[in-house]
Amino acid sequence: MPKKRGADIVIDVLLEEGVDTVFGLPGGAIMEVYDALFDAPLRNILARHEQAAAHMADGYARATGRVGVVMATSGPGATNLVTGLATAHMDSVPMVAITGQVPRNYIGTDAFQEADVVGITRPITKHNFLVTDIKDLALILREAFYLARTGRPGPVLVDIPKDITQQEYDYKMPTEKDVEAALPGYKPHYEGNPVQIKKAAELIRKAKRPVLYVGGGVIIGNASEELRELAELTRIPVTTTNMGKGAFDETHPLALHMLGMHGTYYANMAVYNADLLIAVGARFDDRVTGKIDEFAPEAKIIHIDIDPASISKNIHVDVPIVGDVKNVLQKLLKELKKKPVEWVKARESWLKQIEKWKEKHPLSYQKSDKIIKPQYVIEEIYNITDGEAIISAGVGQHQMWAAMFYKYRYPRQFLNSGGLGTMGYGFPAAVGAKLGRPDKTVFAIEGDGSFVMNMQDVITAVQYRLPIKIAIINNEFLGMVRQWQQLFYDSRYSSVCLAVHPDFVKLAEAMGAVGLRATKSKEVREVLQKAMEINDRPVIMDFVVDREENVLPMVPAGKSYREMIVSPKQKGEAETMYLVG
Amino acid sequence: MMTEEIKAIKVRPQPKSETRKHIIIVRVQHNFGVLTRITSLFAGRGYNIESLTVGKTHEPNVARITIVVEGNERVVEQIIKQLRKLIETLRVRDITDIPHIERELVLIKVHAGEDKARDEIMRLVNIFRAKVVDVSVDTYTIEVTGNSEKIEAFINLLRPFGLKDIARTGVLALTRESAKEGLQEHKVE
Repeated sequence: MPKKRGADIVIDVLLEEGVDTVFGLPGGAIMEVYDALFDAPLRNILARHEQAAAHMADGYARATGRVGVVMATSGPGATNLVTGLATAHMDSVPMVAITGQVPRNYIGTDAFQEADVVGITRPITKHNFLVTDIKDLALILREAFYLARTGRPGPVLVDIPKDITQQEYDYKMPTEKDVEAALPGYKPHYEGNPVQIKKAAELIRKAKRPVLYVGGGVIIGNASEELRELAELTRIPVTTTNMGKGAFDETHPLALHMLGMHGTYYANMAVYNADLLIAVGARFDDRVTGKIDEFAPEAKIIHIDIDPASISKNIHVDVPIVGDVKNVLQKLLKELKKKPVEWVKARESWLKQIEKWKEKHPLSYQKSDKIIKPQYVIEEIYNITDGEAIISAGVGQHQMWAAMFYKYRYPRQFLNSGGLGTMGYGFPAAVGAKLGRPDKTVFAIEGDGSFVMNMQDVITAVQYRLPIKIAIINNEFLGMVRQWQQLFYDSRYSSVCLAVHPDFVKLAEAMGAVGLRATKSKEVREVLQKAMEINDRPVIMDFVVDREENVLPMVPAGKSYREMIVSPKQKGEAETMYLVG
Repeated sequence: MMTEEIKAIKVRPQPKSETRKHIIIVRVQHNFGVLTRITSLFAGRGYNIESLTVGKTHEPNVARITIVVEGNERVVEQIIKQLRKLIETLRVRDITDIPHIERELVLIKVHAGEDKARDEIMRLVNIFRAKVVDVSVDTYTIEVTGNSEKIEAFINLLRPFGLKDIARTGVLALTRESAKEGLQEHKVE
């Protein structure tokens, strides 16, 4: 085999891994790789900011299930990736980041655009590497892909000094076996323990008030079908976390929708009163549990997760099952089917009780035919897309409304930064999603505060003629902070008013996109219809909404479900509902 | 305000466990930066390391790290899981409750100006099977090995004479082969 440049080896590995799209910007230390990319059968999406590039790779990965690849140069290029990597790390998104580093003989000299990138990204990646010898380059890159997509997925960063990308080496493509041999301590646990699975089945048979609590792991593990079968076989209602949205069809009668801080009344009531909680691919995050001592106080807990460290981290679990969720659910179904399932009849009174809760407090808001209610915009997006679109949200009130008022039916349909809560995520992630799933309508539902954090990359979407629909839920506030200030800081609105915005319609036009605006309820549908007709460029829709609408229900941070605020009484006044014990 | 009566506040029972010292042995691939990964894991998650020692082993590219940490069962279980999660980790064991040999080497520089003090210190050195490795007009430098309790007792006895400096290796530990049947992996499930 002829000698190849390090940069060409990078491209070879990308092709070997089946990569067809990378996201990134060139710069000094990664120029050699971009030179190799110039005539490679790969497209680079030239983002305008590395943070946006990282979110694009993340959105691509979440929408397709494939590894997203981002590239950046040394120093500031790499440090701009930090938020994107941390976002992907918290939500277990398979990603590989390739960063240029200063040449080896400059490392440690405070050279131009030098930063200790491996040091900076250590706690926010699944693993990272600094390549110190061209002999290891191909193997390390293949290890990076392997680690990113197996076990509990996550971002992996490979930092390559510039001189290694320029050096020539006669290499052989490492095989999967070579990769496994290089990682002797990495053995993700896929098979669930059969004894534990039996115990879980027994608990399920005995339970009178069971609830399935489902997280993003079911989506990542492609286990939606098994979950549906389990829920239907056992007649157990399903509540999902924000990350789990789409793992279970939200139009299904057994769907309880989201639980936790902004969970539905009926989901939280069901969990609070449950005698068995079956957590699948979820991690008992504080936004779900609220006050941990009072979370599902009477329930025995079964916890299925691929990451042993997620189990009994925040809450003591009765039956832990470490394994791939798909694999474990299949075995659990088999176990349950061994005996007749007449016992499910005992569930009917529990399901009736849940129906009562659903009737008492369905998800709702005070409608208006004048001022635009943010929830109404989401409902209309749902209607116009027949519930079939991919929705990518930023972080804040609009994210929660997008979670509550769009009914997700499929996995990989709702993308948002659940763990890290990264504002500015929604739009660039939508770019990645659209590139990965060109067949789908992709909506970026953004807050005005969230959108302006990465709006420069509308230019990128224009360049690649991506018909992404950007719906700005514009309340001229950092709305979620304002809501907390209203409820917990005596309405002292400190630094949350975003009264000065660009004219989003003109901004869209200036960037080569289409700009539309709605200020009254009746204009919403019309604006959405116009937006749906555009198929060669992005559209920015400025929905000027009710400024002080709150996201409800809400369990205040660190409080028990008992202290859930269910609905507003009058404008600005929240009504507290104490759940009955 | 519509408030329904709270019948009773229900609380989830959590198993209790006492906080105590644990000795954790970690075998890792001896790669560049692996120690940083371990120490930054402890720092980032707020675990307190009492002592940490690292050294090569008889196997190529394998290092052995002995960590002494204080925590209750839940914290220690989480520490072990997080250590296992590191890609370069080969094996993690909590050997606290299985028979093991525990040693630490300490160098102690102590004031020893007067004859009386010099005599008394030498007596302690003999009792503890320590060794004087350097002598000056008014100090002794003493080398001592042993488990934590012995070391602490020895240091406490020397304290009244005036300690000038102490250098400790941190704890090293190996399980006792003679009690192998008691050896158990820390249970994940």
